[in-house]
Amino acid sequence: MLRILLALSAGGLFGTGLMLSGMTDTAKVQGWLDVFGSWDPTLAFVMGGALIPMALAWRLTKGRRPAAGGSFPAAPGQELDRRLVLGSVLFGAGWGLAGLCPGPAMASLSYNGWQGLVFFAAMACGMMAAPWFSRHLDRAAANA
Amino acid sequence: MEADWIWGLGGGLLIGLAGAVFLLGNGRIMGASGILGGLLDGSGRSNAAERIAFIIGVVLVPLLIAFVTGYAPDTHVTSNAAVLTGAGLLVGIGTRIANGCTSGHGVCGISRLSLRGIAATGVFMLAGILTLAVLRQMLGVI
Repeated sequence: MLRILLALSAGGLFGTGLMLSGMTDTAKVQGWLDVFGSWDPTLAFVMGGALIPMALAWRLTKGRRPAAGGSFPAAPGQELDRRLVLGSVLFGAGWGLAGLCPGPAMASLSYNGWQGLVFFAAMACGMMAAPWFSRHLDRAAANA
Repeated sequence: MEADWIWGLGGGLLIGLAGAVFLLGNGRIMGASGILGGLLDGSGRSNAAERIAFIIGVVLVPLLIAFVTGYAPDTHVTSNAAVLTGAGLLVGIGTRIANGCTSGHGVCGISRLSLRGIAATGVFMLAGILTLAVLRQMLGVI
């Protein structure tokens, strides 16, 4: 039960932060990426603000266990494989195209009209299709 | 608006706090694409309940705040259904192939100085910048 309550609180904080920060405003997100147009620096403050509590949290994991039990994530991998690069290229292109990434797409579902619903539905389909693409990329990498 | 950066910073702090709660509480990395994608492709069946709880919080708390305070966030989302569909597919496939998005690779990865997180964030930002440069500045289509 504690896990569920903590997840619900984290989700609530995340959604609120995304809404207040301007991350669900596609004009601000595309403005950040539009460096050759009317560039909008707001996203740097969002990212900077988010990194502070998160960096502190990673420090606090040392020598401790999660409050609701279990263990902390293992140290991150170091390999920069083709899935990481190719996936990020596709993601970045879609992010630039519409100005929405997965978190804000969820947080704005209640106020982004039919447009938000269409984007979310397409994103969900993409997520369901992704394992097929991943398997093919892994196979291609194994044969290379 | 003059105060945009203050809202950005304040909202950013809340986003980071959310990630800290999820990490220190449940021992999990707060990645929006991983939490949702794991539910959709079945890979996250073992902890589906906390994924669903997280998503309920993400969707319903902004709705509740807007309902109680009358706050109406700016959105500016395009009404071009083809762009929305194409962008959604790219975001869905790309984030799952790369195993993370702005929250997982960006916020959670960079804050622990993960090489993969830093590289992924650099690549998707560059891809986004290139998309705007070509489709907005050169061709003027978005």
